[in-house]
Amino acid sequence: MNFDYTDDQKALKDEARRFLAAVSPLTVARAALDGADHEVMAALWNRIAEQGWCGAAIPEAYGGLGLGYVELCALAEELGRSLCPVPFASSIYGFAEALLVAGTEAQKLALLPRVAEGSLVGTLALSEGPGTLTADRIKARVVGDKLSGVKLPVTDGGAANQAVVLAQSETGPGLYLVDLTGAGVTREALSTIDPSRGGMRITFDTVTVEALGAPGEGLALLERIEQRAAVLIAFEQLGGADRCLEMARDYALERYAFGRPIGSYQAIKHKLADVFIANEVARANAYYGAWALSSDAAELPLAAAAARVAATNAYWLATKENIQTHGGIGFTWEADCHLFYRRARHLSLVLGGPSVWKRRLTSALEAQVLREDTEGERA
Amino acid sequence: MNFEDNPQEATYRATVRSWITANAPDFGALPVEERRLWHPAHKEMARQWQAKKSDAGYACISWPKERGGAGGTAIEEAIFSQEEQRAGVQHHYFATGLKMLLPALMEHNKDELSMALVPPAVRGDAIWCQLFSEPSSGSDSAGVRTQAIREGEYWRINGQKVWNSGAQMADYGMLVTRTDPSLPKHKGLTVFWIDMKAPGVEVRPIKMMSGDDEFNEVFFTDLVIPDSQRVGEINGGWAVIISTLMNERAAVGSITGINWRDILKLARETPGDAGSVLDDPAFCDWLADYYTEVEAIRLLSFRTLTSLSRGEAPGPESSAGKLLWANGTQAMTNMALDLQDRFGMIDDPEVAHRHGAFQHRFLWSPGLRLGGGTDEIMKNIIAERVLGLPGDVRVDKNVPFRDIPSGR
Repeated sequence: MNFDYTDDQKALKDEARRFLAAVSPLTVARAALDGADHEVMAALWNRIAEQGWCGAAIPEAYGGLGLGYVELCALAEELGRSLCPVPFASSIYGFAEALLVAGTEAQKLALLPRVAEGSLVGTLALSEGPGTLTADRIKARVVGDKLSGVKLPVTDGGAANQAVVLAQSETGPGLYLVDLTGAGVTREALSTIDPSRGGMRITFDTVTVEALGAPGEGLALLERIEQRAAVLIAFEQLGGADRCLEMARDYALERYAFGRPIGSYQAIKHKLADVFIANEVARANAYYGAWALSSDAAELPLAAAAARVAATNAYWLATKENIQTHGGIGFTWEADCHLFYRRARHLSLVLGGPSVWKRRLTSALEAQVLREDTEGERA
Repeated sequence: MNFEDNPQEATYRATVRSWITANAPDFGALPVEERRLWHPAHKEMARQWQAKKSDAGYACISWPKERGGAGGTAIEEAIFSQEEQRAGVQHHYFATGLKMLLPALMEHNKDELSMALVPPAVRGDAIWCQLFSEPSSGSDSAGVRTQAIREGEYWRINGQKVWNSGAQMADYGMLVTRTDPSLPKHKGLTVFWIDMKAPGVEVRPIKMMSGDDEFNEVFFTDLVIPDSQRVGEINGGWAVIISTLMNERAAVGSITGINWRDILKLARETPGDAGSVLDDPAFCDWLADYYTEVEAIRLLSFRTLTSLSRGEAPGPESSAGKLLWANGTQAMTNMALDLQDRFGMIDDPEVAHRHGAFQHRFLWSPGLRLGGGTDEIMKNIIAERVLGLPGDVRVDKNVPFRDIPSGR
């Protein structure tokens, strides 16, 4: 029984926290809000890549370190805490996992070593308009090996050189690998609620693509990819939620009103106790997700959805109550509270919003009860 | 991250699992009317099971042998508890004594008379109850008014306690009294153990809003006990109270009763606008949130086990569990009524789903948010002990107890 990080994983996590505090204090995430300096961001990405983090969970056979997913979860938690404005999530939890789930051996051998060293940045290009992602809402189309269509928002679409694109084919939606630097690709920056993870509108005009997995199975493959990414992003959300609670606690200790610290009022104490509980719920479910992901367990669909639902709830509560605890100053541009408020909603939408994941979780629970009923009858 | 036992723990688990299978009583064999908590036949079966466990070294596993325990480890005790719960033979008749009160007694008293009380409790031959709360001393747990006056080597006790779970069946009680009202609130308290059958002790059941009556008021009228029944120092009772509360929190909680599976099955069997209620997006949204919260209680217990397995003290994670369980149960049973619409108001066992279990639990659930620390007290504990926020302003802190203003 070890439902926790190991000592080695804790050491890795501590080291990551120190490193990120040095290279990516909140001033770096804030700078991205005021207009990202591409050279600064590229330099930051290189610093991260030099740590070997991009390849933490990528098997050694594909150029990674093959440390494992719990190690990657530990890094995600720290990246989430720091709000480090790099395309790590898009490239590692999204693009690399897409290759691992759906790629041929040749595709993995060709691309994953470059992802692992950080020289190739990938992302996922999925949505096109409002509403949850369903087959009938995908208008981008591949004919032969040529893709045409428009995707927005594509998170980290500016930093990425490659994307996995969801597009219609003769047999239904499929996933396709696309070089974003090639001819026929037009990228336009979009303003989003979290500029520290910039979004793009990407237009594809008869762009040459390569199928990733069987065309027609795109949505089923995507769901498996998203389950893996959901666990990893849950750790980013958890890291952010914990930091919001610490910020609110620290402020409640130093801010005085009516002659005493505001943290001595039950209105504040009970609010922050609620945030603590939500964070513990998120942590417990995220750890379960990490276990399922790292052990390739059959429970992954359930565990991933639960991790995402709990982490999304926790981060939202923590970030809005962090602003509330700070009072008026928390609503200013200068205060750091809104950086987390923005990131919380970015992360809760980037893999599909709460209603999608709650539906997935309920389906997984229903399946588990059916399975238990059947086993009960057999026994 | 793994849920596997280490080899030593796995061997122990396999041993106790087969022992439980071979030895546990079949509570299901009792006639339906006897198959409930506190029914004498049910209680007797639990007592025999406790004695059997004690003989085999599976009761109070982590306690020293001379106290009736087995001299084992905290992780062994937790594993046995899990397996006992898994087999459905874990009841809580003895828990107040064995998890809360007797550890405090052993910590504060070392004399032979007191220690002689321990082994019979371990065997289930003696049940203990807690005599702490009073009509004017609930969350304000140091506001005790029950009076103990010294008379030579004896103490004379007068007053009233309330919310005493199981006092009607208890053999012994641990009683908090006020021994010096001229001292501030926390400083004039003294704890005693008493024989619940002694003259001057009267137990009256209280009927709760759910119709259950396992709670009691206990009245003391000129109860006279020897000083040898004192636990801890004179006017040092607060330290004993703190010990009991710490023990309560360190106990690995087990959550039993109706869970997410039951409401999922209820939804699956209940017709909705199209298909069953399980196809209703609003219900799915609710179920997803509810599941993550109640599942967290189970998962947090694995974190507690991890600490025990490493030989460490459990972390702050356990303090969230009680709030999640109490509020989750109220929300879930409330939802169970909603999703059945008008039919949800029926709690007739002959007609209602699961013989009215949801409705009964619904009427019981407000008590979960009050007993064992109210929601508000639990949140204060988290805010102060976990987050390090300052205590509230206490106007009664340095005032002699008798000068503290009281309302009605």
